[in-house]
Amino acid sequence: MAHAATHDHDDHHGAPKGFFQRWVMSTNHKDIGTLYLIFSLTMFFIGGAFAMVIRAELFKPGMQLVQPYFFNEMTTMHALVMIFGAIMPAFVGLANWMVPLMVGAPDMALPRMNNLSFWILPFAFFMLLSTLFMPGGGPAGGWTMYPPLSLQGESVAYVIFAIHLMGISSIMGAINIIATILNMRAPGMDLLKMPVFVWSWLITAFLLIAVMPVLAGAVTMLLTDKYFHTNFFNAAGGGDPVLFQHIFWFFGHPEVYIMILPAFGIISEIIPTFARKPIFGYRAMVFAIASIAFLSFIVWAHHMFAVGLPMGAEIFFMYATMLIAVPTGVKVFNWVSTMWGGSMTFETPMLFSIAFVILFTIGGFSGLMLALAPADFQYHDTYFVVAHFHYVLVTGAAFSIMAAAYYWIPKWSGHMYSETWGKIHFWSSVISVNVLFFPQHFLGLAGMPRRIPDYNVAFANFNMISSIGGFWFGASQLIFLGVIIHCVFFSKKKAADRSWEGAKGLEWTVPSPAPFHTFDVPPVIHDDELAHGNTDH
Amino acid sequence: MALFGGEAWANPVANQMNMTKGVSEWSPYAMHMVALWVCVVIGVLVFGAMFIAMFRFRKSRGAVAEKWAHSTKLEVVWTVVPVIILIFLANLATGGLTTFADTTGADMTIKVTGYQWKWRYDYVDYKGKGVDKVGFVSKLEESSDRTRQLKSNLDPEKIQVEGYNTYLLDVDKPLVVPVGVKIRFIIVGGDVIHSWWVPALGWKMDAIPGIANAAWTNIKEPGVYRGQCAELCGQDHGFMPIVVKAVPKAEFEQWLATQEDEAKIQKAAQTAQNAPAPAPQG
Ligand code: HEM
Ligand SMILES: [Cu+2]
Ligand SMILES: [Cu+2]
Repeated sequence: MAHAATHDHDDHHGAPKGFFQRWVMSTNHKDIGTLYLIFSLTMFFIGGAFAMVIRAELFKPGMQLVQPYFFNEMTTMHALVMIFGAIMPAFVGLANWMVPLMVGAPDMALPRMNNLSFWILPFAFFMLLSTLFMPGGGPAGGWTMYPPLSLQGESVAYVIFAIHLMGISSIMGAINIIATILNMRAPGMDLLKMPVFVWSWLITAFLLIAVMPVLAGAVTMLLTDKYFHTNFFNAAGGGDPVLFQHIFWFFGHPEVYIMILPAFGIISEIIPTFARKPIFGYRAMVFAIASIAFLSFIVWAHHMFAVGLPMGAEIFFMYATMLIAVPTGVKVFNWVSTMWGGSMTFETPMLFSIAFVILFTIGGFSGLMLALAPADFQYHDTYFVVAHFHYVLVTGAAFSIMAAAYYWIPKWSGHMYSETWGKIHFWSSVISVNVLFFPQHFLGLAGMPRRIPDYNVAFANFNMISSIGGFWFGASQLIFLGVIIHCVFFSKKKAADRSWEGAKGLEWTVPSPAPFHTFDVPPVIHDDELAHGNTDH
Repeated sequence: MALFGGEAWANPVANQMNMTKGVSEWSPYAMHMVALWVCVVIGVLVFGAMFIAMFRFRKSRGAVAEKWAHSTKLEVVWTVVPVIILIFLANLATGGLTTFADTTGADMTIKVTGYQWKWRYDYVDYKGKGVDKVGFVSKLEESSDRTRQLKSNLDPEKIQVEGYNTYLLDVDKPLVVPVGVKIRFIIVGGDVIHSWWVPALGWKMDAIPGIANAAWTNIKEPGVYRGQCAELCGQDHGFMPIVVKAVPKAEFEQWLATQEDEAKIQKAAQTAQNAPAPAPQG
């Protein structure tokens, strides 16, 4: 028994043979990472299908395809699936695969919890998605779930249970990542020698642990308001609907940074590789991430400028929000300086990273504009906000994930992907995504509210352009799928251990594909092999 | 073709790309433009530097990577310069907030209540005098409502008022207000949260159950100003427009008097109806 408890997986052999044994019972960080990534890609296409319904209905004025209530189900589900199903699990998957490889650890610190935190997710999303087929329909009150509206839905209990599961999964994942980074680094891998990606995930994991319970609290209060006659948010019973918004955004704003800090980390790995020059201002980069994370706790009410806060509160949250632009700016300037004086090549991961820097910055600019409370009285709840968060989330978070996939897939699969098709995917995506989202700035400024299924004809042209961009962007992602499948199963081109000429870091010292078990014996760290080994600068 | 910065559209026009200048004494338009230009200038500098880097430092042009990876001087510069720009913007925005938040000195009060999916307007007082029972419900006008039904096969283009397309932007009964009067709005939600937004007035304010929010406007030009609910409030959220008809003071006073008279007649009729109390039924 004692033996079984401490040594029930085969440490020094290959992967288990049986499908069930290998994938469902897995405690291996690489396999679990793969599971996360496949799950995320699946959700990306499901959420994308919802987006296609939205853009099809908005193609021209008049209601053509769906009833307004179903349209609201689509916007709500699109956001929930993309945020909790696509973006977050993708980053956790990348952490699973790469953090142990980058810090020289044999696996995650808590391998069984790792298994559990992944396998909760399919059930959570099965439950969430199943509400669409139920008599009362799925949630239709927006991903922000503001009461009293959200309590009018019939699917409240299912949705909240699903959110609880996702929260538990995230918290367990975060604990695991923190434990791995703090306890499992190879000797010599000091904190300030860690790759920026590892740093970004360490900080993100603390954010997750801090705010997922807050979300859980908020939705539980919704649940008791709906089914147990409490009145937390019911004005008629002495409650306050705005209280929900405070709690939700205390979670929600750090949440949006949970979706971008790991992206910062990824970009900070890729740009130095393809510029063949160390990251500019490593310490400043780490410090900027930490200060963004701190500030993200004190800006939540910038989502609530129009709820009628006292002026003092508006001013505080406005100033705090504007302050975030400073560390964000530092990051952008440092990426540009990393490129300056480098020796650049433009493989697909680099292309996505460069697009990230430019387009994320555009999202940051609109963020800065939104931070100005008086101007937000116009912008708020319009397509201008929709454009803002899609620039930071699609061309920000999602592009970074694609960049990461192209960057590390040689290490994962042992093959090189097709550079030609990767580039086709990139150009098709980067053009279409701008056709899709840039006109939405104009729509918002011209006065089109968000979350509406139909609109005045004045908004017709830009909506049609946006929809065309949307279908095009959606179709482009099929290329992505094709490139991945080709790379994993059909590519003949073997990947070198160090798959990219300028790549540094421990992950490139192991074979490609990375064997089932790596770093059983801690590696000896040579500072000049690390991307950030020389931190004296 | 409407481009950046051009004329002041009070209501959305085809291909409009920028925010309306508004028609009220208070408008965030100038601040929006300042912020926009600040972003454009910084963007041109940063992206310009990036493109130069991408051109000059390509391996294919024989660029050899340099080794430096740090410069305290530069890092101080790009921390301090943004801070200065932000202080400037924050100062501007604080001014805008302060004037917006000051609802004192209003000559008129209107209560706005959001319902799923219509608005109710109650005139509370005008020039220091209480208004007697003038209030009504305002909802999507009927031809838009018919057209917007799924597969109605009706053409949204056809819904026009004086050559302006009003599809989903017109109501059965607009809110009538005087120009040149500081009007205070008390905004509440009747069931769920809504948000009262007329872009030409420069702001939106949430209509929340149990909370009385205040905002003000002082419209400078007579006209018809259109807006929509801006907070998701259920299936017909997209179909509860707002129309504000701003008229000269004298005209408004006349209108208000007629409304008060009508309210009195209605009330009298009601009391007359109710007077012969129905015989006790049990
Ligand atoms: C420079 C940094 C940023 C600033 C100053 C900023 C500011 C803001 C503000 C003020 C809003 C509220 C707008 C409104 O509803 O009226 C907002 C909305 C939003 N932001 Fe940002 N933002 C920044 C970066 C980001 C990043 C990095 C992300 C995520 C990756 C993000 C995601 C979002 C989302 C999802 C919303 C909309 C939430 C909703 O209402 O559904 N933002 N942002
Ligand atoms: Cu936020
Ligand atoms: Cu609404």
